[in-house]
Amino acid sequence: MSTIEHAGDLPDWAALLVSLFLVIGSGLTLIGTIGFLRLKTFYERIHAPTLGTSWGTGGIVMASMIFFTVLATRPVVHEILIGIFVTVTTPVTLMLLARAALHRDRAEGNPDVPPEAPGEPEAAEGQPAAGE
Amino acid sequence: MSQTILAWSVTFAQICLALAMALAALRMSRGPRAQDRVLALDTLYVNSMLLLMVFGMRTGKVIYFEASLVIGMLGFVATVALAKFLMRGEVIE
Repeated sequence: MSTIEHAGDLPDWAALLVSLFLVIGSGLTLIGTIGFLRLKTFYERIHAPTLGTSWGTGGIVMASMIFFTVLATRPVVHEILIGIFVTVTTPVTLMLLARAALHRDRAEGNPDVPPEAPGEPEAAEGQPAAGE
Repeated sequence: MSQTILAWSVTFAQICLALAMALAALRMSRGPRAQDRVLALDTLYVNSMLLLMVFGMRTGKVIYFEASLVIGMLGFVATVALAKFLMRGEVIE
């Protein structure tokens, strides 16, 4: 167990807070990935890694912000950029991926997915027509 | 006291994230379909981004933050391009 030399003058409360956020973030990321490995169908699996992109990223970003803010004795908040970026991009990527998977399943006539609803715009089109 | 707690929790976080990356790689090798592999790649990107942030806390250098930001952006672009490819069979129309 190597010590962290540059954090020598970190007070105890800050170390406890940073450790708490680190353990929460990394533990939730690991749990999400275990779920990703274990769940049965793709549409169940797509939910599991979002544990890592919501509270996993949030916890580690918070830990890093507290750590560098207390060490530098000035606000260090540039890690929030990663948090905002991941929060904005994850729904976009997962919606695209789920629609692509649904499109592939329907094209193959897979019986496990529901058929296309009558009034639904075509799954491949991102923009539904106005008025629908 | 604070040194010990911090060193242990940083090590714990690194082990957890490395294990998570290994599990995502296992899912990527196992499949069974292309969308599972793309999702595993996305998970792998996010986990490596988090691992780099923890590594930056361990070493105290800001350069790891920038590396993790770059990895996050690359992961977003890669996953969107792969999802588009799965949908249409081509990336740029």
